[in-house]
Amino acid sequence: MAMQFYASPEQVQRDRSEYARKGIARGRSAVVLTYEGGILLVAENLTSLRKISELYDRIGFAAVGRYNEFESLRRAGVRMADINGLQFDRRDVTGRALANAYTQTLGAIFSETQKPYEVEICVAQVGSSPETDELYRITYDGSVMDEPGFMAMGGSAEAISTVLKERHDVTADLASALALAVKGLGTVGGENGAERELDASRLEVAVLDRRRKGRTFRRISGAALESLLAGGKDQPADDSAPAQGDSAPPAPGEEKPTVSAASVDTEGAPEDGADDKS
Amino acid sequence: MAAGFDPSGRLPDVFTNAGTSSFTQFLTQAAPELLPGRRPLPPGLSADIAPHATTIVAIATAEGVVMAGDRRATMGNLIASRDIEKVHPADPYSLIGIAGTAGIGIELMRLFQVELEHYEKIEGTMLSLDGKANRLASMVRGNLGAAMQGLAVVPLFAGYDLAPADPGRAGRIFSFDVAGGLYEETGYDAIGSGSLFAKSALKKKYRAGVGTQDAIRLAVEALYDAADDDTATGGPDVTRKIYPVVMTATADGTHRLTEAEITTVAEAVVAGRMENPGG
Repeated sequence: MAMQFYASPEQVQRDRSEYARKGIARGRSAVVLTYEGGILLVAENLTSLRKISELYDRIGFAAVGRYNEFESLRRAGVRMADINGLQFDRRDVTGRALANAYTQTLGAIFSETQKPYEVEICVAQVGSSPETDELYRITYDGSVMDEPGFMAMGGSAEAISTVLKERHDVTADLASALALAVKGLGTVGGENGAERELDASRLEVAVLDRRRKGRTFRRISGAALESLLAGGKDQPADDSAPAQGDSAPPAPGEEKPTVSAASVDTEGAPEDGADDKS
Repeated sequence: MAAGFDPSGRLPDVFTNAGTSSFTQFLTQAAPELLPGRRPLPPGLSADIAPHATTIVAIATAEGVVMAGDRRATMGNLIASRDIEKVHPADPYSLIGIAGTAGIGIELMRLFQVELEHYEKIEGTMLSLDGKANRLASMVRGNLGAAMQGLAVVPLFAGYDLAPADPGRAGRIFSFDVAGGLYEETGYDAIGSGSLFAKSALKKKYRAGVGTQDAIRLAVEALYDAADDDTATGGPDVTRKIYPVVMTATADGTHRLTEAEITTVAEAVVAGRMENPGG
């Protein structure tokens, strides 16, 4: 009969951690940071599969690591947010509650199953000012950290964080915030430590726009992203081109009718649903 | 919150599995008690226990659609509410109006709004207009048991189609029956107790390709005619300044007429009727 080798719990945890870290390090990185007009989420992403997503009115989600695993977490977040928003009110859905659910879920998976999730996720909630923004980093083992206005995730997160820490400025406008995020992502992965230039085709960019009512999440892609990368202003969408609804300016909707469960911005201009036509 | 929470605090499998993109489908597994139509009702007819919402009209225009609803809810021979709002945006490009048992109608509408937003967030793209109408039809179908006992609710759905088969007909209207039947209407439609009179009024005045401003006037006129002959429909209330809720859905999204805009239209309609009561 074969002998069962004894492995100490510490050893098991270490092995799992190492396994998860290696998995995460293989993927490309993502950056989340606050700026004057909201929260900017940027991921290096060559595919059309999304790493950044909307969870609720003022809450966004970004993730790195294994796609199938963070996608299931993202769906869980959307479902939890929507079920709570329906039962209570839209204002009662908070980033902290979602971060809590994620940390419990990832913690349980880490300690109870053979294979931990190889993911690192960020739950970002935009407030009325940069000081009230909330960024939660949740790692593969269920630990959660409240980040100070900026964070990098992925294999070379530390190198990127160094760049962000030096230059992060909450009063920066969107174009400078994006330039910083792209510079951060570009400091790693180059040959012999050289910086890389990331163009629009390699980036997935979205913002939580603090001036917007209702659903604040919008993606920035295509021509709008290129002009923003070139240092231009955030181009408000031309009314004649609804295909650019992506970069639509904040559309203040009227106050929500009393019994509606819809977001206030369902009244008013079209919003980011239009992005899928572009 | 939802059933079956793990003692570890972990989100249950029904939350994390790939499953469905439909919120109602998800609720059937996670929290079936939140679905209207899943609750056992005592036997017997219960039609008069709760307020009823009445007349809604919708008109297809050159730019999209206009939907308007009166503000009255009745309970038997009593007026339960003078300022109920029965027309709401379902999402940024479509509108929903409800007639029938108000409580169930509002619950259905709230669920439908979440359903559309949920799909968009999960899939990263909006449902097609036909897809939205089909979802609503299946939700109405789920309420058939309650409808048989007198708690019927029938919505009217209209929206701007972002990818219409016929580019000249982007504004589309869908009506439903209590059994969940879905019918696309041409030009205009009305639901609720005053719909007979509203539709007769629209039949005489409606012309295909009508502009949005004219359609708003037509809708308010039709509601006036409904209120004229149906006790359960409320007319423009000039003493309290309560006027119909009118919403439009066009390529620019949905818009609810402001107090000032609707006051202008409603006062013009009332002034017209001072001279000619028949319109």
